[in-house]
Amino acid sequence: MELAALDLARWQFGSTTIYHFLFVPLSIGLAPLVALLETAHYRTGDAGYRRLAAFFSTLFLINFAMGVATGLVQEFQFGMNWSEYSRYVGDVFGVPLALEGLLAFFMESTFLGLYMFGRGRLPRAVHLTTIWLVAIGSVLSALMILAANSWMQHPVGYQINPTTHHAEMTDVWAVLFNPTLLLAFPHTVLASFLTGGLFMLGVSAFQLLRGRDSELFRKSARLAVVWCLISSFLVVLVGDSLGQLVGAEQPMKTAAAEALYQTQAPAEFSLFAIGTPNGGHLVVNVTVPYVLSVLVTRSFSGKVQGINNLQAAYQTQFGPGNYIPFVPVTYWGFRIMVGIGFLALGFSLVGLYLFRRGRIDTWKWFQRAAIVMVPLPFVANSAGWLFTEMGRQPWVVFGLLKTQDAVTPSAGIWSVALSLGGFVLLYLILAVIEGWLMWRTILGGAPSEAKLDDDSHLELAY
Amino acid sequence: MSATVLSDLWFGVVAFFWVGYFFLEGFDFGVGMLLQVLSREQAGRGAMIGAIAPVWDGNEVWLVVAIGATFAAFPSWYALLLSGAYPAVFVILVSLILRVVAFEFRGQRDDPHWVAWWERAITFGSVVPPLLWGIVLTSLLFGLPVDKAGDFVGRPWDLLRPAPILGGIALTVLCLLHGAVYLCLRTSGPVADRARRAVTVLWAPALLLAAGFVAWVAFGTAGGHAHGLLSILVPALGLVALLLVLPLHRAAREGLALVATGGGIVLVLLTLFGALFPNVVVSSIQGAYDLTVTSATSSPYTLTVMSVAAVVFAPLVVLYQGWTYWVFRKRLSSGPVPEG
Repeated sequence: MELAALDLARWQFGSTTIYHFLFVPLSIGLAPLVALLETAHYRTGDAGYRRLAAFFSTLFLINFAMGVATGLVQEFQFGMNWSEYSRYVGDVFGVPLALEGLLAFFMESTFLGLYMFGRGRLPRAVHLTTIWLVAIGSVLSALMILAANSWMQHPVGYQINPTTHHAEMTDVWAVLFNPTLLLAFPHTVLASFLTGGLFMLGVSAFQLLRGRDSELFRKSARLAVVWCLISSFLVVLVGDSLGQLVGAEQPMKTAAAEALYQTQAPAEFSLFAIGTPNGGHLVVNVTVPYVLSVLVTRSFSGKVQGINNLQAAYQTQFGPGNYIPFVPVTYWGFRIMVGIGFLALGFSLVGLYLFRRGRIDTWKWFQRAAIVMVPLPFVANSAGWLFTEMGRQPWVVFGLLKTQDAVTPSAGIWSVALSLGGFVLLYLILAVIEGWLMWRTILGGAPSEAKLDDDSHLELAY
Repeated sequence: MSATVLSDLWFGVVAFFWVGYFFLEGFDFGVGMLLQVLSREQAGRGAMIGAIAPVWDGNEVWLVVAIGATFAAFPSWYALLLSGAYPAVFVILVSLILRVVAFEFRGQRDDPHWVAWWERAITFGSVVPPLLWGIVLTSLLFGLPVDKAGDFVGRPWDLLRPAPILGGIALTVLCLLHGAVYLCLRTSGPVADRARRAVTVLWAPALLLAAGFVAWVAFGTAGGHAHGLLSILVPALGLVALLLVLPLHRAAREGLALVATGGGIVLVLLTLFGALFPNVVVSSIQGAYDLTVTSATSSPYTLTVMSVAAVVFAPLVVLYQGWTYWVFRKRLSSGPVPEG
């Protein structure tokens, strides 16, 4: 396959995956929040919680459909564009993918159907259980996908078959307890929880600003603030450990995240840098001493390896080639992700303070800021994945298989270009429709009790 | 268990998920196709969609697991299937994406144009997958230009040959019949009346197409008569099942009629997979390039892991999906469908 087709295949994977992962974190994050609202209704009998659950579950369902639809592409495109990759890793990588379907998708989709249409037909406790099972299913799905991805970052529990030269699994527990997975899984799920929480907070704040059902949306805002505080604190904490692990497992990714060209001990943390994208040096670099050493090695004087030193080492280890990722993306991707994480943590603290002081209603600026916060976790999620995936380049499986060797040999430039164009066009149209539907639903506010009773009669009638 | 037995077994598991996919999603494809035909009123179409609304999503997962199981158990098969049928798979994906969002978006507004637009998307997303999957799966048996390295070296239109096209059309019409029978069972009122007429109209073409297809497999491929008695019994029973559909339908035994159309789909697909075995993709260039269960398989260790997972979780899935059908067993009249 010529180089252009490889580039297009990478663009297709990158764009469809980033797009898919706009919807997935919101689904993972909103499912437990809707389940909590349903639980509150179940336990207190308070009709307000039922209205809130109906409102947020409508938003959840619109979003969930987009996650399911775009997830299909993910499952198929390894075979379509990356057939060499599929043959090379299938013995290991295919297992979590198959398990995701068997364990998670069946559970999510079946119980979602029961949740949507089973109210009034199932005993109340059973109906409540269905939405919790949807939430658990979505987290299980994340576990399986991250098991697959963690193996690409840090392959474990395998051997290379001497005849086929493909990877073969030798220890499934090593794959499922991959140290990378043990941190990447909670990191990603917590980031998703934060996404759902900030979404709920922003939507609730919007309703408070409009003065619609203030008493109701104060409840969801309070739930969201506490939820955001817990998840943002934990996501930062886990992220810090993950950063340390990546420093040990993939030092080139860490160096690229910091645009650190020369090995340093002690190492300085870069706050802002401008460099020549392909060159081996920076033009501007604002740094804080010692911080990078502490982050990566947990000591003030720890040595952090630089890009140029690692490139030389990798050439000795793996043969001639360029082992340097595209530094501007890794450097800024990392900073955007971390920056938004800390911003969300600080914001949640302010929110909690306002609630404790009973000032959430009077502080309009906080409500406006909460609306502005809504898109940020989506940016952070995308930036984080761009950083972690592009920081692994030129490898698709670290140390084992390069991206350029993973592509389908027979895929012509036209078929990849047409499918890329087709997906982009379709996805843009669907994004507009989804955004518009969400906006309408938000403007409509929480459905009234009368409306909910009507709907449930309809459901029972059929 | 020896390695080859495990690989053979997993060929059976992959076939099981494909067959399950068309047994279940087959009727909601059929309902989706009949949507434009059986009712001009929105209420009627609402009842039709209501009949599949709680279950179609779970049915679709059978496809996801069929593909996932292929990836894990036969990586080279997965790679060749999806890269070789690239344009068809792309179109299938587009149609499935539209179908998923259409089910969800349709009920979000009351505007009749909006509803009608998404209903057209549901129909599109219900015609394309059985047609193209039928073509793709039949191509695996009738041969694709596959070279020594196991790569597809042909052109996109190499899939569009007579036998695969017949396979695609037969599967589509079988799904139509399956959907019509399903509507007889699950709805009442005008929609059910028209669905009953549709069954009588669709029965003969479905039977003839299925008969033509299994005959072509039996006499037109080496694998079609390679398994002794089974090579005769499976397609014959499939045709008997389809033959029984009309009498059962006339006798108002709607549940049994649904089992018969479903059984027909299952046995026709098993005829295809049976004829394919022990190959997974036949090479039209030369027999030595055929991708087989043995050459495409994962390691025995991986297959063992997958077997344990399947033994534990597959029965659980069948159990709770079956329970869902029990929960939503009531007949639907042509009333409006709840949104959501």
